[in-house]
This record gives sequence, C-alpha cells and structure tokens, in this order.
Amino acid sequence: MISNSLLKKSQSLIALFLLMVVLSVVSDKFLTTGNLWNVLRQISVNLCLSIGMTLVILTAGIDLSVGAILGLSGAICAGLLKFGLAFPALDLWVGFTVLGATLAAILVGTSLGFFNGWVITRFSVPPFVATLSMLTIARGLSFLYTQGQPISDLGTDFEQIGAAWLLGVPVPVWISACLILVFVVITNRTSLGRFIYAIGGNEKAALVSGIPIKQVKWLVYALSGAMAAIGGVLVTSRLNSAQPNAGMNYELDSIAAIVIGGTSLSGGQGSIKGTIIGAILIGVLNNGLVLLNVSPFWQQVVKGLVILLAVIVDKMNQKSN
Amino acid sequence: MLAVHNLTMEFPGVKALDAVNLSFQAGKVNALLGENGAGKSTLLKILSGVNQGYQGEIRLLDQVITFADTKASQAAGIAIIHQELNLFPNLSICENLFLGKELTNSWGLLDRAAMDRICVELLAEVGVNASPATLVGELKLSEQQLVEIAKALHSQASVILMDEPTSALSDQEIDRLHALIRRWQAEGKTIVYISHKMEELFRISEYFHVLRDGKSIAAGEMKDTSEEALIAFMVGRNVIIEPKAESFAREALAIEVKALTLGASDAKPRLHNIQFKAHQGEILGLYGLMGAGRTELLETLFGMHASEASMDIQIHGKPCSIQCPADAIGHQIAFVTEDRKKDGLVMDQDLAFNISLPSLHLGDWLQADKDAELAEKYRQDLRIKSASIEQLCGKLSGGNQQKVILAKWLATKPTILLLDEPTRGIDIQAKDEIYQLMKQIAAEGTCILFASSEIPEIVALADRVLVMCQGQIQAELTGSHLNASNLLKEALPIL
Repeated sequence: MISNSLLKKSQSLIALFLLMVVLSVVSDKFLTTGNLWNVLRQISVNLCLSIGMTLVILTAGIDLSVGAILGLSGAICAGLLKFGLAFPALDLWVGFTVLGATLAAILVGTSLGFFNGWVITRFSVPPFVATLSMLTIARGLSFLYTQGQPISDLGTDFEQIGAAWLLGVPVPVWISACLILVFVVITNRTSLGRFIYAIGGNEKAALVSGIPIKQVKWLVYALSGAMAAIGGVLVTSRLNSAQPNAGMNYELDSIAAIVIGGTSLSGGQGSIKGTIIGAILIGVLNNGLVLLNVSPFWQQVVKGLVILLAVIVDKMNQKSN
Repeated sequence: MLAVHNLTMEFPGVKALDAVNLSFQAGKVNALLGENGAGKSTLLKILSGVNQGYQGEIRLLDQVITFADTKASQAAGIAIIHQELNLFPNLSICENLFLGKELTNSWGLLDRAAMDRICVELLAEVGVNASPATLVGELKLSEQQLVEIAKALHSQASVILMDEPTSALSDQEIDRLHALIRRWQAEGKTIVYISHKMEELFRISEYFHVLRDGKSIAAGEMKDTSEEALIAFMVGRNVIIEPKAESFAREALAIEVKALTLGASDAKPRLHNIQFKAHQGEILGLYGLMGAGRTELLETLFGMHASEASMDIQIHGKPCSIQCPADAIGHQIAFVTEDRKKDGLVMDQDLAFNISLPSLHLGDWLQADKDAELAEKYRQDLRIKSASIEQLCGKLSGGNQQKVILAKWLATKPTILLLDEPTRGIDIQAKDEIYQLMKQIAAEGTCILFASSEIPEIVALADRVLVMCQGQIQAELTGSHLNASNLLKEALPIL
C-alpha cells in the first residue's frame, strides 16, 4: 500500500503517466521513438526557461521577461554570427564564431536578468512590475536590433546545435539535461539553494539570519536571464533563423510548467524535479492534442483547464494536510 | 453596568484569564491596572468580540451576553479604543469613521455629504483640525488616536473601553479627552480606562480593578488607595531572591554602547541617547512596559535599523560598525527575536534547514551529514521534542520552536546573545528549560542581553537590569535594589 503523502507528492507524475497511457491508446503515433524524441526536443526550450524561473518563483518572485529576453538574445546571437560587430568610428569589425555569438547572447540575457534583480532590490519594485517592464523593453530592443525582419541562414555549424544528435540523443535534450543537473545541484547542494528557499519561506527570518538577500536575488534573476538566453540560442538554431517576435508568451508556458510541478507562487515550496515533470506534461499534452488533430483554439482552452485543475488539486491537498 | 463572572480564557500553554470577576460601574470611570501579560488585553479582546472560546459569562445590564464577532459586540453597545490603532491608513478619516456603517441615500448610493457633515462635527469634538477627506495615513499619531476616539464617539455605545488612549497624546489633547470622558460619564456610560500613567488614573477615574497573572486581585475606590498600594497589587508577591554571587569578571567587557539613537529625525526619537556596558558571562536584563523600546534597542544593536540609527559600539574592546544582521553575526552576536512566526523560523522547512541558516555563507556547499549531525546534537542537548530533525518547524509547539531558534543561534557560537522575550507564550516546563540553558550559556562566558516583560523571570535571572521607558534608559538596578516594585516604579512614565 502506497502511503498517502507519497501519492500526493507524486501526483503530477501520476497525471503524466495517465496522460501518456491515454494518448498511447487513442493515437498509434504517440508511443513511437521518433515522436517521443520529438516531444523531448520541443520541450527543451521551455525546460530551460522553467528551471531558471523556478529559482525566481521559489524566492516568491516572478520573471515575466524570459520570453522577451529569449527573443532578444536569439536575435543578437544571429546578428553577431551573420554580420559581426562593426565599430565605424574605430574602423573596426569583429567577427563571431558560433561559440562567441552564443556566449555573447548568454551575456546579454544574464545582464538583463541581473538588471531585473537590481531594480527589484534597489528600488523595492515588485518583481511583477520590474519584469513586466523588462518584457516590453527587451521585446522592443529585439525589434530595433532586427529592424523587424528575421535574420536567417546562419550557417550549418550553428544549425547543428538544434538539429544534431549525439549518442542517439538530440543535442538540445543533452543541453537541457546538463542544465537540469546544474540546477538540481544548486537547489539541493549549495547554500544559495538553501537561501532561496529561506527567502521564499520567510524573508524576514532570512534577513535576521544574516542571509545576503540582495545578492541572492541578483543571482537568481541573472540566472533566469541566462537560461532565457540559452533558450534563445536553441530556438534560433532550430529554425536557423532569429525571429524578432520569438519567445512571445513563452513566460506563460514556463509559469504553467512550474505551477503544475507543484511549486508555490508564494515562494519557499517546490523543486526543479517538479518543474521538469510540469514541462514534460505540457509538452506531452501539446503533442497529444496535435496528434489528435484538435484545433489550435481548443488546444489553448484545454491547456488552461489543465493548469487550473493542477492548482486546484494542489490547494485541496494543502487543505487536507 | 458591565460585569464578568468567572471568566477564563486559555491559550495553548497559557491561562491568560483565570476565573476573573469584575464589575464596571455605569456612569463611572473604571481604571483597569496590571503589568504586561496580566490579562488586560485578553479581557478587552473578549469584551470586543475578537476572542471567543472563553468560559464564564459576561453580563451587560444583568443580561448574559455572548459575542460571535466584533460586530455583535458593537451592536450590544460596546466600543473599544485600541492601543494599536485599528485604522486604515489608505482610507480617509470619513471613510474610516463610517466603515461598515456607511450612510446611503434613497438611490442606495453613498451619501457623502451627510457623512462629511457628521464627520466634521465629530472631529471638532475631539479636536482634530483636518478635513474629512484627509487620508488617515497622513495624520500624526496623536491625531490618529483622536480619530479612533471619534469613532467611539460616533458609535453611541453605552460601554467604552480605552486601552492606553493617551500614550500618543499631548497634555492639551489629554485634557480634551478627559473633558469628553466627563461628558460620557454624565450621559451614564460605562468607561473602562487602561493606563500606566498613575497620576492620570487618580485624576480621571473613580474605581480601580487590578489584574495579575490572569486573576482579579483587587478592586475598590480610587480615593481609598495610593500609588504604592496599586503597585503592590500589580506586582503581588515581593519575590525574595538570594543576591547573586557575581560569577563573571567585571573587567571582561563584552559590549559597550554609547550615544545610541534611533529615528533622530523624528520629533520623538524611538530610542534616545542610550548607553550601557555588558560583561562576559553576565545576564543583563532589559525591562520596560510595552513600547518602551526594548525590541528596537536589540534590533538596532543587530544592525536592523542601520539607515535610521546612529551609535558608537565596541565589542570586546574594539570599535566596530554594524550595518546589517550579517555584520552582527560576523561579530559573533546572535539575536533570538520576539515573534517566532514573523522573523524567527522558516515554518515550512525542517529543523536541520532552520538550524543551519545563520551559519551558512553564500558560496558554501551544503554538507547534509554535517547539518544533520549538528541538528541532532542540538535536538538532544536542548531537548527539542520532535519526531526527527526532518520535522517541519511549523508543526512544533511554541516552546520547541523557541528552542530551535536558540539552537540555530547557538550553532554560530555567539559571544553576545540577544534574547527578546524568549519565553513568551510557551509552557512552564519549556520556560524552565530555557532559564537553565541561559544560565549555562552565561556560565560559559557568553554575554546575554535579556529583554523581558515578565518581572519574576527578569528578577530571577538577570545580574543587572536596565529599565527602559519611552526610548530611554531610566534606571539601572542591581543587587538588593533589583526587585519587582522598583522595576515597575521605574518603568512607569513620568508625567
């Protein structure tokens, strides 16, 4: 007999399992290796955003700017690869390798994330407002940088990041798996992880305990920005093109994955593991609805209902505790 | 006439009221006295319908009444003027006065004109010179207090309970309030007046009622009693304690503070020119009535008010600067705060998590086995009653939570330990264990600053006591002078 608390802890895992059983019964295409790898590859971007934002939400914050930072970082990555960086005044032109452009994009994402954290701690701006502003700013910057046009044909080397397979596994899946490992270590094995939970659980007690709240928040928002930038590189590579509106509304899927994974929006409760299950659940659901030829309009309705259901079940469990 | 018979109110671990019998005369001002924790606030909360679940009965005009909520108490004609103001700073004076009993016109819409008119009259009566549309948050503290009084005035209640109504008022405002009280009295209302200002009580009230440790101790007419007699009733037993042998070396200074001021830019600084010394191995008590500034003093020492405070502080003879709690921890200071829920523990995490917090630095790796070992050691040493170190702190009893907080600070190996009401709301046995622990820690050479509003424990434990009043140190008591009546006498504000 499985204990009640174990059942509650793994409810999202059970939901995922049931969903997969149902889909493999109603669709003969779902349970094929090709399709399953496809699902994993598709969710790798949302996974990057979601595990980054999980840290933010664990501190009782939120990061609405991840989709826009993804768009801007992807555009900058593509722009640097294709056009390099010109300094007309110095008569200087700098070209970028794939690695160079990728690192530059991550640097941009990290800086914007850090700026979020700085504004939030320095001026006590609510995270919702600070990152909402960043959403608009970064989206505007990405339209300015690309002049509203896609930047395409970025070379086959760059394309490999999103398309290649390594040891039988798609490269984006490798990347997200490595990042997951890093974030699991951060949350479970470092003082930073413990401070994140402490701040989200009781910020006043964290302050009295001498925890450097500002620095922790800077780090957390910077990490979220960095993860958004990595997502941007992945998206750009998969399409071999940077779209100025790439990543539009991705923050919502990311929040959904986190919430379905059992992380509390009021902070202090949740885990990277939960977020992974949440992201997979949303990915499988999207995939299943496509396989079943459900219209895109209905897909949105269903996704919304699933999120609502997840949160209601979670709340009911909390009450019964 | 308002009376309570055999009123008992229990909270987990504490009997706040123990078979209290009181009867407040109509048309008279009834002074209600008692030291901190005597049960005055609990009594008021029951009478105003905030707390239910008591035993015994409340009678109003010889009718037994019960209140399901605060509205029921108001409907019965009881108004309360709180010590902690119960106003909404984001709403206007008028909106506050009419909250929940707004006037409407025949369309069912708010009748602003009528409310404004009544509001202006009420404000004139209590002496607030502000328009009804002024936001309460923009008023001075004394004006807010007067708005609270206007609210009671507006309620047309037959019983008015006042909890330290004058603590924020100027002399002139007090005179006006007393005139108002005389008028209420003439109208036959029952007035219950709580204050620590003796001179004021003798001026305004006819009867007194003393509570101590949740029991009704004495009652009578003011004209038949004296200040000394009232203090003796409030303190009760004159606890005889053996003079303590000085177990610490006087020359080993742990902390020296000079010119500590908090909120210098305010008209009335919250702490003013505090100076004191404390030695290694000494338990230095901090006593004072509610709002005397004990908590603020400890918080300031711990770097929690760095932007508003100034002080010269020397720790173990070296001048140092404390700008945030992390600085204080760096100087081996630890601070057990007053409110376990608010700033003591992360309640939805376990013992090991909470105990490790102040000892960690950003960039450290967690060592799960070391954390567990440490938590297990303190769980046994402090006899924390929990299923395991993985139990969530929110599920522990108050006394055990307090021990976890002590554990997390002892793990930092402090040389100076600040304790703010370490035994509030916990049961006798846990209290006793914490007392033993304090003695043991002090004997090992740690300097303890011990703020408490419970006279018996401070007399029993402290080597020396600083008595605070209105943000200043009013007296230092040691040896044979350190007794209950002196503590209370020094703690009462001088008019």
